[in-house]
Amino acid sequence: MRFGRARRGGVQVELAPEESALLQHLLGELQALLGAQEPADEDPLARLVGLSSGTPERPDDPALARLLPDAYGDDDEAAGDFRRYTEADLRRGKREAAAEVARTLPDGGGSVRLTAEQADTWLTALNDLRLVLGTRLEVTEDTELPPDADPDDPGTQALLVYGWLGMVQESLLARL
Amino acid sequence: MTLTAPAQLDEPVVDDDTGTERPWVTIVWNDPVNLMSYVTRVLMQLFGYSKGEAERLMLAVHHEGRAVVSNGTREQMEVDVARCHAKGLWATLQQD
Repeated sequence: MRFGRARRGGVQVELAPEESALLQHLLGELQALLGAQEPADEDPLARLVGLSSGTPERPDDPALARLLPDAYGDDDEAAGDFRRYTEADLRRGKREAAAEVARTLPDGGGSVRLTAEQADTWLTALNDLRLVLGTRLEVTEDTELPPDADPDDPGTQALLVYGWLGMVQESLLARL
Repeated sequence: MTLTAPAQLDEPVVDDDTGTERPWVTIVWNDPVNLMSYVTRVLMQLFGYSKGEAERLMLAVHHEGRAVVSNGTREQMEVDVARCHAKGLWATLQQD
């Protein structure tokens, strides 16, 4: 994947077909993850004022918990209240960012021009993808692919994807 | 001339339990995933820091594990924490 500068602060992106397909796949998974565990809300008034009927719990899935962290480190009750008022919006914002990047991806690869605003949405969604993958892989700041890693091992492949996403995000940042 | 001993005055009592004077702070915590360049950019965007200030805070997060990125009322800090979460930063609020 290559990034170039476009007019008015925009960015030109060139993707190989397999890069576009891989991102589509990952973004689909991210949207599914963010849609999971959302309390079904049948009350139209509650939906209108942005309140869900129940208080959502901190997600059990560590990757989802990293995307939707507690706002209070040492006060479960305040953290629960905060979650009740804000989590639905946070999930929606992240799902929409993932959906927008998926929409702007050229089918079968190719070139696409992003506005500055779209480039920012790309950064956010790429970051969420890395947070999910990094949490699942339990990466640390010293995580590196071992030189003798088995290329057919799913863990190796996931680490390669994680590293690739980091390079993509870094190159996009360098163009902004 | 007489010198009058000053009347004994009680020290003003500050009730620490009410905590009404203590500001709230937004803290960003270190995590192994977020890129340093990304954290710097987000701090500039969300809080209006210059690049130098944002880099200093990012490095404090990186080396010390955490940094205070904003302070104000509890309500303001809840907004700031929500904006950090939207960008993927790991943030919490607490009373200073």
